Amino acid sequence: MDIFLQQIINGLTLGSVYAIVALGYTMVYGIIQLINFAHGEIVMVGAMVAFTVIGWLAANTPLPPLLIVLIGTAAAIPACTAIGYALELFAYRPLRKAPRLAPLITAIGASIVLQQVAMMIWSRNPLAFPQIIPNMVFPVAGATITLIQIAIIMTSVVLMIALTAIVYRTKLGVAMRATSQNAPIAGLMGVNVNHVIAATFMIGAALAAVAGVMVGTYYGIAHYTMGSLLGLKAFCAAVLGGIGNLAGAMLGGMLLGVVEALAAGYMGDLTNNVFGSNYQDVFAFMVLIAVLVFRPSGLLGERIGERA
Amino acid sequence: MNNRRLLALSALIGLAVASCGKNEPPPAPKAAPAPLELIVKIGHAAPLTGGIAHLGKDNENGTRLAIEEANARGVTIDGKKVKFEMLAEDDEEKPDRGPIIAQKFIDAKVAGVIGHLNSGVSIPASTVYAQAGIPMVTGTSTNPKLTEQGLKSVFRVVGRDDQQGPAIATYLASEYKPKLAAVIDDATAYGEGLGNEVEKTLTAAGIKVLPREKGSKDTRDWKAILTKIKGKMPDAVFYGGMDATAGPLLKQARELGIKVVFAFGDGACTNTMKDLAGDAAEGFVCSQAGIPVEAANPKFLSDFKARFKSDPIQYAPFTYDSTNLLIAAMQKANSAEPAKYLPELVKTNHKGATGVIEFDDKGDRKNAEITIFIMKGGKIAPLAIIKNGASTKFEDFIKSAAPTPATTENK
Repeated sequence: MDIFLQQIINGLTLGSVYAIVALGYTMVYGIIQLINFAHGEIVMVGAMVAFTVIGWLAANTPLPPLLIVLIGTAAAIPACTAIGYALELFAYRPLRKAPRLAPLITAIGASIVLQQVAMMIWSRNPLAFPQIIPNMVFPVAGATITLIQIAIIMTSVVLMIALTAIVYRTKLGVAMRATSQNAPIAGLMGVNVNHVIAATFMIGAALAAVAGVMVGTYYGIAHYTMGSLLGLKAFCAAVLGGIGNLAGAMLGGMLLGVVEALAAGYMGDLTNNVFGSNYQDVFAFMVLIAVLVFRPSGLLGERIGERA
Repeated sequence: MNNRRLLALSALIGLAVASCGKNEPPPAPKAAPAPLELIVKIGHAAPLTGGIAHLGKDNENGTRLAIEEANARGVTIDGKKVKFEMLAEDDEEKPDRGPIIAQKFIDAKVAGVIGHLNSGVSIPASTVYAQAGIPMVTGTSTNPKLTEQGLKSVFRVVGRDDQQGPAIATYLASEYKPKLAAVIDDATAYGEGLGNEVEKTLTAAGIKVLPREKGSKDTRDWKAILTKIKGKMPDAVFYGGMDATAGPLLKQARELGIKVVFAFGDGACTNTMKDLAGDAAEGFVCSQAGIPVEAANPKFLSDFKARFKSDPIQYAPFTYDSTNLLIAAMQKANSAEPAKYLPELVKTNHKGATGVIEFDDKGDRKNAEITIFIMKGGKIAPLAIIKNGASTKFEDFIKSAAPTPATTENK
């Protein structure tokens, strides 16, 4: 039982990170039906910027560790929003009326560019993320949960609530929803579509920055390739939950995290080691396929007709 | 008339230079007197992007240093001054990139190849090199399969995993006396192969080994696997993989409260582990398929530091030696043609930065050393050097190996 609980805790932590990143995918998709494949790299940039700032502050100032991490996050957010904005401006906006495949290609291109630039700035080495928060371990009914894990889960819950509030309770949120339903008509109604789309990218990028700091502090490592796999998993989480749907991204992220942890933990024992932990990802994707077979638009996605 | 002769002359020189690039014997220059410059290309392949790009760059720098030194020293082959050129390629640690890069090198008419880094890439690439008859010397690939394919042009200047695996496993078994051990790997040719060797040795020593757990070369989250392992309560854990994945693995294991000893192969036997795992790194043991960097020739170490402003990480001395013995074989055969200098390469007796290198009939280094390390006070410290199954304490090894200058001649 304690092992099971531990796996759930592992899965929820991983799932929280997936969920935060998945929100970025789903927001952009919801508004302009674009899969922003460079989103994973924005997470990486967030981790890298935070790495630099936190490392410098920890070495040169006597500030308390928690404050240093918060300043690091605060520095990563504007850096990532700037990149999110630049991406939208240079890679996607010129192609907004182009066939859908074109911005998909620029997204992949942008992701390669971001990776290589990050490699030039932060080197090829795996960077050790400064471990300044004392990693306290709390026992929970036989399992353990660390301070960082608690912080990750709490932060993502807060961010999810904040994002939902933005989308459903503010003027910007109304404009976003209007643009997502019908951009040209929203424009006629006085919504500045370009601003709204740029804002969406920037909010997604800010979330990615926080996710980057989370991943960095949790695994203690930052590397210029760290965004790719994370981005891919988060994209799957978004699809699993129903891409374009905020609650779906959260649910999909959490579910994917937990499924992965349980698959790694129990597949081997259940199948007499025919399928070991190396099938962890296979199992996660099988769940994805199974869901999509029965609910093609994801768990919470609505069936919408192909847009003209 | 005068113009015409000049034209003919320059055409002849052009022809001679062009054919030198192809490493064919140039037509005897009639009008132009020697010396002509001979350009010899040496390929170097290792991952320069991705999770272990730092190790790839380390390898490349070893080769680069050897080539720059040879150019500065001035090497003559067949009466011509040789200019060595390094073609560096990034194989992205992907097995499918191996043969592609191999073909690229062959098309570029390289005289020899240093690489690849990963066993999983070296093995598919090796058959392509062998078909073209181009010698390949790896300073890092430790999977036994590489030299077991019966390819005559494949050489390795480090130990094999069937030497390294038993060495670290025997050390683990004799020092920590576990009853139950867990073996994890990263599902690469290297990690899995090494894991198999370790498991074999542990089982032979009467230690029970849990069913294999596997991640990937990009795995950052090991908690699920570690939690499962924790439930089985092993007394020791071995992981076959690289430092970029081993660091997070060790850190997460300690967070989960797994207190037993952790052991790694050469891929994770670096000081980077301390940065990645923090205090959790303390006390792990690991092996390297060769002598430790600090035991390499002091002149090499200072030259390397002067050139690259950093110390070699791990296998740079081995790629340095690989390159030098390739050059030495060319000099001895007085030819940079693979077919002509290959017999000299087979007979290599080279005193390099990592000691004397000789090859056995498979192309493996004779009497390759395996070193056992422990992470102590934030640095990996060599404990023992195992050669021919006999273990020597590191202090004794250093004493016995009197410092000798790196001789680059193959005498």
